[in-house]
Amino acid sequence: MLSALLVLGGLGLVLGAVLGWAEVKFRVADDPLVEKIDAILPQTQCGQCGFPGCKPYAEAIAKGEAPINKCPPGGADGVKRLAELLGVDPPAADDMEHKPRAVAVIDENTCIGCTLCIQSCPVDAIVGASKQLHVILEKQCTGCELCLPPCPVDCIHMVVVKEDLATWKWRYPVHTLRRVA
Amino acid sequence: MSRTLHPFNGGIHPDDHKAESSAGLIQAMPLLARYVVPLSQHIGAPARPLVTAGDTVLKGQMIGAPEGYVSVGVHAPTSGRVIAVEPRPTPHPSGLYDLAVVIEADGEDRAVEFQPVPWRELDASSLRNRLREMGLAGLGGAVFPSYIKLNPGRSAVHTLILNAAECEPWITCDDRLMRERAAQVLEGAEVMRTLLGAAAILVGIEDNKPEAAQALRAAAAANTEVVAVPTLYPSGAAKQLTRLLTGIEVPSGGRSTDAGIQVFNAGTAYALWRALALGEPMISRIVTCTGHVARPGNWEVRLGAPVADLLAAAGGTLEGCSGEIVGGPMMGFELMDRAAPVTKAVNCILAKSPALFPAKPAALPCIRCGACARACPADLQPFEMYWFSRVRDFGKAQGYSLFDCIECGCCSHVCPSHIPLVDYFRFAKSEIWERERDKTASDEARRRHEFKTFRLEREKKEKAEKFAKAAEASKAKAEGAGAGDDPDAAKKKAILEAALARAAKAREGVTPKNTENLPPAVQREIAEIDARREQAEPPSDVNHG
Repeated sequence: MLSALLVLGGLGLVLGAVLGWAEVKFRVADDPLVEKIDAILPQTQCGQCGFPGCKPYAEAIAKGEAPINKCPPGGADGVKRLAELLGVDPPAADDMEHKPRAVAVIDENTCIGCTLCIQSCPVDAIVGASKQLHVILEKQCTGCELCLPPCPVDCIHMVVVKEDLATWKWRYPVHTLRRVA
Repeated sequence: MSRTLHPFNGGIHPDDHKAESSAGLIQAMPLLARYVVPLSQHIGAPARPLVTAGDTVLKGQMIGAPEGYVSVGVHAPTSGRVIAVEPRPTPHPSGLYDLAVVIEADGEDRAVEFQPVPWRELDASSLRNRLREMGLAGLGGAVFPSYIKLNPGRSAVHTLILNAAECEPWITCDDRLMRERAAQVLEGAEVMRTLLGAAAILVGIEDNKPEAAQALRAAAAANTEVVAVPTLYPSGAAKQLTRLLTGIEVPSGGRSTDAGIQVFNAGTAYALWRALALGEPMISRIVTCTGHVARPGNWEVRLGAPVADLLAAAGGTLEGCSGEIVGGPMMGFELMDRAAPVTKAVNCILAKSPALFPAKPAALPCIRCGACARACPADLQPFEMYWFSRVRDFGKAQGYSLFDCIECGCCSHVCPSHIPLVDYFRFAKSEIWERERDKTASDEARRRHEFKTFRLEREKKEKAEKFAKAAEASKAKAEGAGAGDDPDAAKKKAILEAALARAAKAREGVTPKNTENLPPAVQREIAEIDARREQAEPPSDVNHG
């Protein structure tokens, strides 16, 4: 009886110590779920979800504080993938209008070189200096539209990216329905 | 011959329709008035235009320089004047326009001086660079820059396979080429063999081309073996031909060079011969024009010649033509605009008619018969890939090795429900590629956003540090003055102290209020006034207002 208690108690102590040590030693600093959610988010950093960037939104989703259908650039596909990752039913995403990919373009004749748009760009995709013409790097622009409101002369507008030979996609095959009788 | 063949699974026997165009000699296309030369005729980065509207060019002059690693040069097909560098129709399933150099021919066809390349004296690297500049790209259909494929790298290539199978129905351009110019084709292949350091050349040719095989055998050197393979579509697909001839299966996602094999098209070997023996960059190719045209045949076409002109050379399309296919009926695509030019990738223009190509019956539901899997030469399960592609579950489709699909069309051909399976696979592949592009872009955006956040933090910290440093510096300066390093320091300090003392005194002088130090009479008067005020009003703050 006593020996059994000692053996089991001892085992419990040893295993507890091992677990305690492992918890400290192999601690995961960041929540891996946040990284996974962040990987699905489109990284436009547009703030349309109400959070200052994709990472904060990912953190909020991971904590269960934000619904997963607040990201218009990610679209219905993004919501579906988030739902799959989190193991929840995808909520209705019909309030999200799907916009074609667009990039911001600065009108060179109107820009006064105020640098306000440069400060607002979340991905540093605008090049320029005070009283110098600003230019948006098309390849880096995420189309977040955050540069539009600060511009005092309204010289930035969004241009839809046209498809070219490199980005052209085969269309979904169209079924021809056969008339029956 | 005694070589044992290693048949691949599946494959089909479509009507080959080769006789229509294979009878006559290769004809030279007459010089046209206008050529449209796209700058992106190869896989990879488009060439960078070297000319602008108004420039005069000579035949063979480079008009587009290779840009980046996977790219080759583009050359003027004839002499004349550049009238525009602008987007023009291209032979592409999308029908999209792409940047092209439009040349108005002057009719003189003056060429830059073509210098034969003494390839035996050049080292491999500079020879490959020459081929890159001369615009050599694979003429089998993928138009991959040849100079890259001719670099064996670290892998030891023991066998060069010359793909002369030409298994696609209707097309006979390689057949005619080998019948008429077998020696040149094999000379080109010999250069390839040397560059690759391979020991032997294997020529794989379908047994429906006995004349071409005979011509090749007559011209073949000791290290070259011409192997007739049974006519079975798609024996001309690189991986299937490799397996057929050597028994080696190139692993999924792997390169054939890892297995010691490199495959080139016969037409590419001929183009290589032209580049080295004649010094002529790639400005022409042989194209089959067949189907519903008056005089089907093969033409040597300058690259940039509009398809409409090639059709005209073939006597024009006949009554009831219902469009053209670029390439063959199995893997080709619908031509959107006859103004699109012949490029390095175009091996055949096939005019359709409802009689030759009856409309496919409407697709019916998949009955899970498995005919597609039995026909698949890549040993895939097309029906599985189809189900997942149809419902856009691309991850699962990829799990069934979607990217090993060579889009040969065998599955669609045998499907009893007439399901356009390959269309679904192409759709799924391009969707997956788009996702990859989006993923790369979003990773880049994340990296840039994180850097911006970091940069703002850093700037804030730097600013704070700068202020702290400045404050410290001024303090140190004041203290340093006391230390007396400066000979005038003591004097300055004395002046400063005197000034401070004066200021303190002045302040003391000002400090007394005007109610202090007053004569007794005035003080009394003030006290009386205060007393009266207190009596008149209740003691509250309002009286101060």
